[in-house]
Amino acid sequence: MSPNYILKRLMMIVYTLFVVSLIVFAITQVLPADAAVMMLGENATDEALNALRQSMGLDAPIWAQYGHWLGSLLQGDFGTSLRTGQPVGPIMFEALGRSLLLAVLSIGLMLVLAIPLGIIAAIRRGKVADMVVSLVSYAGVSLPEFVTATLAVLFFADLMKWLPPTGYVPLTENFVDGIRYLVLPVCVISIILIAHVSRMVRSELVDVLHTDYIRAARMKGLSGGTVLRRHALRNALLPTITIVALDVGYLLGGVIVVEEIFAIPGIGRQLIVAIQARDLPAIQAGVLIMAATYSIVNFVADILYAWLDKRIQYD
Amino acid sequence: MIEFLKRLLRTPQGAIGVTLVALVLVAVVLGPTLAPHDPEALSPLARYKGPSTAFWLGTDQYGRDIFSRLLIGARATVTMAVFATIVGTLIGAIVGTASAFMGGRADEFIMRTIDAVMSIPSLLFALLIVNLLGSSTINALVAVAIAFAPGMARITRSVALAVRKQDYVNAAIARGEGSSYIVMREMLPNVIAPIVVEMTIRVSFAVMLFATLSFLGLGAQPPAAEWGLMVSEARRYMHLSAGILIWPSAAIAIVAVGFNLLGDGLRDALNPRT
Repeated sequence: MSPNYILKRLMMIVYTLFVVSLIVFAITQVLPADAAVMMLGENATDEALNALRQSMGLDAPIWAQYGHWLGSLLQGDFGTSLRTGQPVGPIMFEALGRSLLLAVLSIGLMLVLAIPLGIIAAIRRGKVADMVVSLVSYAGVSLPEFVTATLAVLFFADLMKWLPPTGYVPLTENFVDGIRYLVLPVCVISIILIAHVSRMVRSELVDVLHTDYIRAARMKGLSGGTVLRRHALRNALLPTITIVALDVGYLLGGVIVVEEIFAIPGIGRQLIVAIQARDLPAIQAGVLIMAATYSIVNFVADILYAWLDKRIQYD
Repeated sequence: MIEFLKRLLRTPQGAIGVTLVALVLVAVVLGPTLAPHDPEALSPLARYKGPSTAFWLGTDQYGRDIFSRLLIGARATVTMAVFATIVGTLIGAIVGTASAFMGGRADEFIMRTIDAVMSIPSLLFALLIVNLLGSSTINALVAVAIAFAPGMARITRSVALAVRKQDYVNAAIARGEGSSYIVMREMLPNVIAPIVVEMTIRVSFAVMLFATLSFLGLGAQPPAAEWGLMVSEARRYMHLSAGILIWPSAAIAIVAVGFNLLGDGLRDALNPRT
């Protein structure tokens, strides 16, 4: 892996964020909401509105507004929320932290469950265990988060009263309670991921088990376990890195829904509130931060993949 | 064709998928005729009833018949999802095929831009577009179609790249055909099979995305019998009757499972391996 490749990938992140900033700016520009009217109310006089538009730079041509916005972004200034009057950046990054905790726990749970499930299904291909795993994974990918979340709250909180229904307690404040509030959201987010990734692991491993080098290892007299551990898994699990990284896009979408249902003050909830209130600076910042998270995760995954798979020579 | 159907029905996925999707299609086409009750008829005396001979799946918080509402709602939920997927696929297929045909710098530029667009989660993209256009069913359709287009473009391109190298495309170039003729008449027909498979699987995502949008209050509006909206409305009353929550959830899952299985079955039937 050459420094050139890393540089190229970094340039791609920059390009990605540039395109996303254009899209977000275009969408929020067309949004039928006049920021000045929003701040001053419907009954404001024309002079007051014009004065505010001038001070906010809303009377400048669109490209100049975009340039101004991008310029402040590059200096780390995400703008001021139209809803609360607070700077958007710090609020969004603080919320991102809570969402990342949710996301990392979900990915962790997914890896712990999905990989063994996929391996069992591949080894017992066509047997009962395989059928059970694929049945469960079909059900898993077919239930949207809002359905599983609602059903989980109904069963585990309302009926059995094992866990609190919704809410959020910071782990630093009360660790045990914090975890109790996180159990349901994390499980709900990871269901679709587990279903998807276990299916991918199964099909990769089935393909690898049919290759000549596995046959050779078997004929050499190695036991099934050794062949699996030393030869098959290594090659079958590599593509999983890329799949998991691409799934992060889906994960971020799931986080939005789950945070909304479980009332977790993460970036997804902030975004929904911002979208409902047409709080343009908050929407712009939230979408950009989400896209940046996704790009960085995929960058890391690509580097990791190239580093682990010695056959790949990027230039 | 008959041969193909036989091959599709021989796999368990194909057989179950075809059955489920056929059931859903019956509900979509005949739903309003089959529904035993008026889906919007309120009966305050018969609220939260369990399943009975009069109300097969019980009644909801306003005493409306859940089974009738599901049958009526099939049209809103499934038709929209299929339509949005088709529109998104068409846009994606044209962009992807064109990108593969042009190759070189243009291809690189288009693909990098598509990668960039895909860094916005599709649910978020759909939320933004619906918010921009206003909450309604048609706007949700446009949003889902646009959110699906980049992914389909990427898949189409990779299939089209393989087709691009075929002799008949080179022959068309040698004949001096125009680009649009080659893309539309020579390349597109040959990338259709894998795209149909992908599209079928995506219908299930579309159903889920639509339901999620309605659930968040940005798709269908009450008193529509859209399934996601039914789940959303049932949430406040779920401790009174679990049925009002479970039936629409099950309906969403059945449609999604059906299209998923059908897609996998089609894939196996279209390219028979091992």
